Amino acid sequence: MFSAVLDNRRFRSWSGQILLLGGFAALLLWLVNNTVTNLDARGIRVGFDFLWRPANFPISESVLPYNPSDNFLWAYVTGVGNTLAISVLAIFLSTALGLLVGLARRSKHPLTSGVAGVFVTTMRNMPLIVHLLFWYALATTALPAPREAYNPLPGVFLSLRGFYIPALELDALAWAMLCLVIVVTWGAWRLRHHLFGSGRWHERHPVLALLGLTAAVALGAALLLRPGAVVSFPEIRGFNFTGGLRLSPEFAALMLGLVIYTSAFIGEIIRGGIDAVAIGQWEAGRAIGLSERHTLTKIIIPQALRIIIPPMTSQYLSTVKNTTLALAVGYPELGLVVGTVINQTGQAIESMALLLGIFLSISIAVSLFMNWYNAHVALVEAR
Amino acid sequence: MMNWKLGIAALATALSATAATAGPTLDKVKERGRIVCGASQGTVGFGSPDDKGYWTGLDVETCRAVAVAIFGDKDKVEFVPLSGQQRIPALQTGEIDILPRTLTWTLQRDANGINFTTPTYYEFTGFMVSKASGVTKVEEMTGASVCVQTGSTTEVVVNDVSTKLNLQLNPVVFDNVAATRQAFFSGRCDALITDAAALASVRATQSDNPDDYVIFPATKYMDALTPAVRHGDDNWMDIVNWSIQALLNAELYGITQANIDEMMTSDDPRVKRFLGVEPGNGKALGLGDEFAYNIVKQLGNYGEIFDRNLGAGSALKIERGPNRLFSDGGLMFPMAFQ
Repeated sequence: MFSAVLDNRRFRSWSGQILLLGGFAALLLWLVNNTVTNLDARGIRVGFDFLWRPANFPISESVLPYNPSDNFLWAYVTGVGNTLAISVLAIFLSTALGLLVGLARRSKHPLTSGVAGVFVTTMRNMPLIVHLLFWYALATTALPAPREAYNPLPGVFLSLRGFYIPALELDALAWAMLCLVIVVTWGAWRLRHHLFGSGRWHERHPVLALLGLTAAVALGAALLLRPGAVVSFPEIRGFNFTGGLRLSPEFAALMLGLVIYTSAFIGEIIRGGIDAVAIGQWEAGRAIGLSERHTLTKIIIPQALRIIIPPMTSQYLSTVKNTTLALAVGYPELGLVVGTVINQTGQAIESMALLLGIFLSISIAVSLFMNWYNAHVALVEAR
Repeated sequence: MMNWKLGIAALATALSATAATAGPTLDKVKERGRIVCGASQGTVGFGSPDDKGYWTGLDVETCRAVAVAIFGDKDKVEFVPLSGQQRIPALQTGEIDILPRTLTWTLQRDANGINFTTPTYYEFTGFMVSKASGVTKVEEMTGASVCVQTGSTTEVVVNDVSTKLNLQLNPVVFDNVAATRQAFFSGRCDALITDAAALASVRATQSDNPDDYVIFPATKYMDALTPAVRHGDDNWMDIVNWSIQALLNAELYGITQANIDEMMTSDDPRVKRFLGVEPGNGKALGLGDEFAYNIVKQLGNYGEIFDRNLGAGSALKIERGPNRLFSDGGLMFPMAFQ
């Protein structure tokens, strides 16, 4: 009778799973219990109430406004903001560069494909940290001191302290107007057939007509409402430049390193995807009289995308995680901020848990988006 | 780069069932045959390996003093180089026994799992700037970029000074010592901030021409650099405390490495108790009665250690200043050895 129960397939599969789950829960419980006991024995306080204390430490640059008198929670948010900003920018730029590299690798011109091949081989085979340190060393040794800054155009300065350009400073009203102009232009473009009728000159030159219309509306509104817009020029005052828009050497080194390194991988993914589309598809495109460019964009790329997306998802996830190497060049992404918080508060376990949670959320969001996009471009077969 | 090490430290806390709390540290150390100390990643004068790989420096010798107290041998020590960020978790998780690593005594650190012993060095946090900039005091630093190393109290000092004097300092924060210093010397920052003695060390050993740089205090407040131990082992804390006290007391009594054997015949009851001629002190700590004798015999007194690592006998030539004994007008105060 006992052997009958053991031989039951349902029983075996269920009991196996229950045992596994129970074992896992026990392990987790043991870990948590252990941690709490050990922390208690060593007199380490645990809890998240430190998040509401003032941080008191500086963050050298941030996308979100940050002041050392803000609390630790906001310091985390600032770190997350920086991490997201560099991740998104790095992914966007390396995809653009990677596409060029991938296409260049396929070029029939030996020089183009040769250069792209050398680029991929060298960049892909150097560790990312070496890229970052190289660019940072270059940015901080090859450029002149702020007083002897290169000044190629009025208001543009390049020095050890970064790259400065004039900035347009808009007030809230000006921002609102700018957004409105963009929305109106986009709407008008979509509805151009209804707006302008057909056969007239602005039907033949819709871009000109649109620009004229927008300019007239914007000028009229500007004269009526007088929004605040000031151009701020960088100028050297005391030790450093003030005013203008600044690209720090840390940010520049990080971006260059990340984008060049990642684009070498992305280039190969794209080339591989395109090469995987059967040669017959190219021949079919030519046979129906499409140009090379149209064959590529209308026939080959939509099919190649299906092959490209899954490895691309992994690449994007790596890029997000690779941003943590920024601390080597002093860019304050989340990892650097968390390190500082641990040192200021001693709350290592809570901080590491937050770091893990945040990176897991970002990575899951990226992969969910990519999965959705993958389903979107997937071949819809007849049912 | 350093964060995964911290992660491992945190994980180690989670995994080590009772390893670190099993019995007093002294038993563990005796069983192991050596003590393990946290050390800097190379701050000449406080802790760095010399050209033969032998660790020297004030912090290092403090640690050696404890080794002498326990084993009678200054070389029964292992040094683990740690970054500013790693050092406290390393102590908390039991990776090291003592943390003498230019560690400033602060309330938050003290309250959070570590105990401070006896200060071994008092000093200002300082700024180093190039002489060419013409700056000689903090008030003239408006708008300056400052290279800061994360994991130190200086991050907070930069912010405090900047806010108080409305200087609008631009901090550039790095994770490791070498990158911070390299960025300063390459001109990425106008100033480098850290403990004044560490600045003197950096200037003497890493600049092309030390005379091109000036150092001045960042605040009027002074820090006490103090070796720390873990919570929960009072006997171990006593041993570290009184090993440091032995160095200070020896200087007060005029006992040096050279004259210690003559001092054994001294009539002064305090000296007799100190050297273990009159027994009882060592036993009370669980050590041999001759532990203080051994420390001074092998390492010298505090003044000798200071002189050889930081003062006139070293490349740094730092003044004793507040680190003189109270009897010479300084802050160093030896407690009664009885």
